[in-house]
Amino acid sequence: MIYLDNAATTMQKPDCVVRAVTKALCSMGNAGRGAHDAALHASRTVFDTRMKLADFFNAENPKQIVFTANSTESLNIAIKGVLNPGDHVITTELEHNSVLRPLYEMEEKGIELTIIKSDRQGNIRYEDFEDSIRSNTKAIICTHGSNLTGNMIDIEKVGKITKKHSILLIVDASQTAGVFPIDVQRMHIDILCFTGHKSLLGPQGTGGMYVREGLHVRPLLCGGSGIKSYSKKHPEEMPTALEAGTLNGHGIAGLGAAIEYIREIGIENIREHESGLMWHFYDQVKEIPGVTVYGDFTGKDRCPIVSLNLMDYNSSEVSDALAIQYDIFTRPGAHCAPLMHKALGTQEQGAVRFSFSYFNTEEEIDQTILALKELASNSE
Amino acid sequence: MIKKEKKLIITFSTTTDAMAMEMVCKKSGADGRIIPVPPKIYAGCGLAWCARPESRDGLCAIMEHNDIYPEGLWECLV
Repeated sequence: MIYLDNAATTMQKPDCVVRAVTKALCSMGNAGRGAHDAALHASRTVFDTRMKLADFFNAENPKQIVFTANSTESLNIAIKGVLNPGDHVITTELEHNSVLRPLYEMEEKGIELTIIKSDRQGNIRYEDFEDSIRSNTKAIICTHGSNLTGNMIDIEKVGKITKKHSILLIVDASQTAGVFPIDVQRMHIDILCFTGHKSLLGPQGTGGMYVREGLHVRPLLCGGSGIKSYSKKHPEEMPTALEAGTLNGHGIAGLGAAIEYIREIGIENIREHESGLMWHFYDQVKEIPGVTVYGDFTGKDRCPIVSLNLMDYNSSEVSDALAIQYDIFTRPGAHCAPLMHKALGTQEQGAVRFSFSYFNTEEEIDQTILALKELASNSE
Repeated sequence: MIKKEKKLIITFSTTTDAMAMEMVCKKSGADGRIIPVPPKIYAGCGLAWCARPESRDGLCAIMEHNDIYPEGLWECLV
């Protein structure tokens, strides 16, 4: 089997992640719920991963790192926790539904929304951000990298705009955290939303957010906190304010091991390997008659993603043929990115997405190229 | 019968702060350990740092050096 659906989730995890989760499942109590050894083991593990993530993203301190279940939860907390009726928000056509749907929901509650257009290559114009800013603009909310085309947005450039105009920058790093270095302070990011199970190589059900020190975010949930049990209000101190209920301690143990693994291998080495596979794949498949590749491949920095279509086949037919005939797993369809597909003109056909991880090999890529060549020639 | 002694109790506003306290105290070999917040201080849940009363100055210096802000310092029988 060749697994090329890493933008959905990285299926192959480092052994240390598997070991850490297994160990946690066998030994961990509930973090912050008691002072016996098993509970303290959980509290220490959660704190250790919190520190690793703070260091990984250069947060001011570990208290600014909040654990959630995934990017979607983080983005919902961010969007619903800082916006108020009457606020104006700017986003882009590159976004995933985890950004768009909470924004549409908030639009019904009275926020104003501007969506920056993308061209046919999946690029936005940075001037459009600044041109769209109004007196009531509260935030720019955008992805670091498109989950469909792999095109990236220069967050540092956007951060300079948000800083200049004293508005918030909320970033969806679902496709980039773990492959591209993210420095929240240098990039002027106010809220960073990330998932643990993609390029961070952790278990599903892990994710989180960085919230800039001093920025108040209204909690989405309240309830158990492990502290101040007789207070009618959920604690306001970070990170407890945004972490109601039992954390996914077992998953967080795995995420901590995954961060350690990425540190050991080196994020540059991981990126170089994945990019190498992507460019090798792209260079070959773009020459296959009948193949249309989407996105901008003129720049150097892009997520390790290649989305394409074969002739006028629906993307699900091609993805299914790859799975059934060649045991190659890809993702067809809309990828939860409706506006991006509209901009690319692929609403009906969808696209077959090939996304690469550190555990893929050049041999696997060559086999996939051969499979696509065969499918293309058999279709002639 | 549970034997009680006079102790210094340091409380925190979050579990994260309590864990940070434990980490820096372990690193520096400081006195004390994590315990549940004694009910004499406040009823409810939470973690506190428990040490000998004479460790107060050293622990305060460690907290100041590591930007750890306690919620309160208490001396009581635990």
